[in-house]
Amino acid sequence: MTASSATHANAVPVLALGDILLITLQGELHDTSAEQLQYDISHRIAHSPLPVNGVVIDISGVDIVDSFLGRILAEIAATARLLAAQTVLAGMRPAVAITLVELGLTLPGLDTALNVDRALALLGRAPAAPPPTRPEEGA
Amino acid sequence: MHAPLAPTTHLPIGSDADLAWVRQQVRKTATDLGFGLIQQTKLVTATSELARNTLVHGGGGHVEVTPLRAGHVCGLRLSFVDAGPGIRDLDLAMTDGYTSGGGLGLGLSGAKRLVQELIVDSCPGRGTTVTVTDWASGLPAPRTGTR
Amino acid sequence: MAEQHDVTPEVAQELGGFLEQRREQIAQRWADAALFRTVFTVSRDEAVEACKAVVDALADVACSGRLEDIHAPGFDTVREQLSRMAATRAQAGFSPSQVAGEVAGLRQPAAALLQAEFDDPRAEHAHACALALTVLLGTLRLVVMETTVNSGEALIARQREQLLEVATPVIKLWENIVAVPLIGTLDSARSQVVMESLLEAIVHERARYAILDITGVPTVDSLVAQHLMKTVAAARLMGAHCIVSGIRPAIAQTIVHLGIDLGTITTRAGLADALAYALGQQGIVVSPSPAAGAIPR
Repeated sequence: MTASSATHANAVPVLALGDILLITLQGELHDTSAEQLQYDISHRIAHSPLPVNGVVIDISGVDIVDSFLGRILAEIAATARLLAAQTVLAGMRPAVAITLVELGLTLPGLDTALNVDRALALLGRAPAAPPPTRPEEGA
Repeated sequence: MHAPLAPTTHLPIGSDADLAWVRQQVRKTATDLGFGLIQQTKLVTATSELARNTLVHGGGGHVEVTPLRAGHVCGLRLSFVDAGPGIRDLDLAMTDGYTSGGGLGLGLSGAKRLVQELIVDSCPGRGTTVTVTDWASGLPAPRTGTR
Repeated sequence: MAEQHDVTPEVAQELGGFLEQRREQIAQRWADAALFRTVFTVSRDEAVEACKAVVDALADVACSGRLEDIHAPGFDTVREQLSRMAATRAQAGFSPSQVAGEVAGLRQPAAALLQAEFDDPRAEHAHACALALTVLLGTLRLVVMETTVNSGEALIARQREQLLEVATPVIKLWENIVAVPLIGTLDSARSQVVMESLLEAIVHERARYAILDITGVPTVDSLVAQHLMKTVAAARLMGAHCIVSGIRPAIAQTIVHLGIDLGTITTRAGLADALAYALGQQGIVVSPSPAAGAIPR
């Protein structure tokens, strides 16, 4: 796991897990930090010594997603796709999901997952692959 | 009728950092007034949209935050004030997807769907004031236009 | 009530001063009134303290000169206490007007004390002060009545909300699969609750699939369809796949007639079909056990 060089005070760290980049967003995200992140991610994908196949953005710690951040997330996914990487948005809170839909933002271009584990499983890197479920009788 | 519950707070909107501060203050005030989590989230998101409009389209301004009370219900009024170019065609500005600022064009129309009341007062050349009123309640207040 | 009471600012100030000075005595007398005694049952001191708070509020209102204003800021400090008292009395079976009558009963003990302040209780000035007290307590009565009515409204709103939640249970059908059987009309308030409970259940049950069964929904118009699509979209944002089941032929026809595009939504005829789909997607096969004989799907 390597953290990207944090040049900006508010920069969001981008971690590499094998061929996947993991970004954890927390609390208040300034517009400039979001734009910086967008740049960082595409830079990392393009210049990584190993090919990057997936990007997981964990937003379980984010209180709100407005149309600005929504646009940034959609653009990150679109850019990553052009660079042959799949982006999964993980851990959106119910209140945020309801608000985004009401706002009119359904982010159709983004894959989603309940949490980071599920996102990694979706990308085929399963540290916590769900065991074949055999629910008890009468569940 | 809608008696102010506490004095109005003025918060400047002049920078990226101000947006974050305004969001935090509105969140805190709404929590104190007893807004539920989902309503808070909607209100803070609407705040973010409108404050960014004030910053980007209005060239900066301020927001007035006023806690309200009507009977046993607490509410919050937010007025986003700028002295920018104003909105020439309000109907157009309220349309989904219309943008003059490079966003998704959901700012004004989207924010309207997140709160109980949103009023735009704009005069070309003399600025824009967008006033949002929301009441803390488990049930959505009766809205015009929706059944 | 319609008569215009003229209370000069000086008289109002004087009344405020009197209330401040005599708060102890007034409070001691009020504490024995049924209104306070029956609410503060633990100790008399508690009742006295509560009375003092009300006297303080009245003094504050009098000093501000807003004797007839039920929204005078002075009342804010005791509004909650008053509403609690009113609620207790209401629970004891008293009607709002009876509670108001009890508030009116507070005037006499205070008026007696006020009268004693003047050498000549019949003088015009003494009369003006007594009138001011009457006006002020009349306002207090209105404040109490308002809180009574409001607490009733709050109760009704709360009950409506509870009813909405009860009417929309989210059921775990299988590991990773939850379902909401929708029954009855799906209006805006209801669909909001459905969406909230479904999303909470998705987090709680870590569900990958969510089934919205609309067998019990009588009609689907464009508004209902919009609500369904919003719910599906919100669930997707959280990483869950929604399936809408129970679309009866008549409703399917209406949907087509209205030109509503549910094209992006997975639909199945019945709840069982939806469950089978969700199981199949996860590679789970349900087959009859040879020993137990044929079990319907």
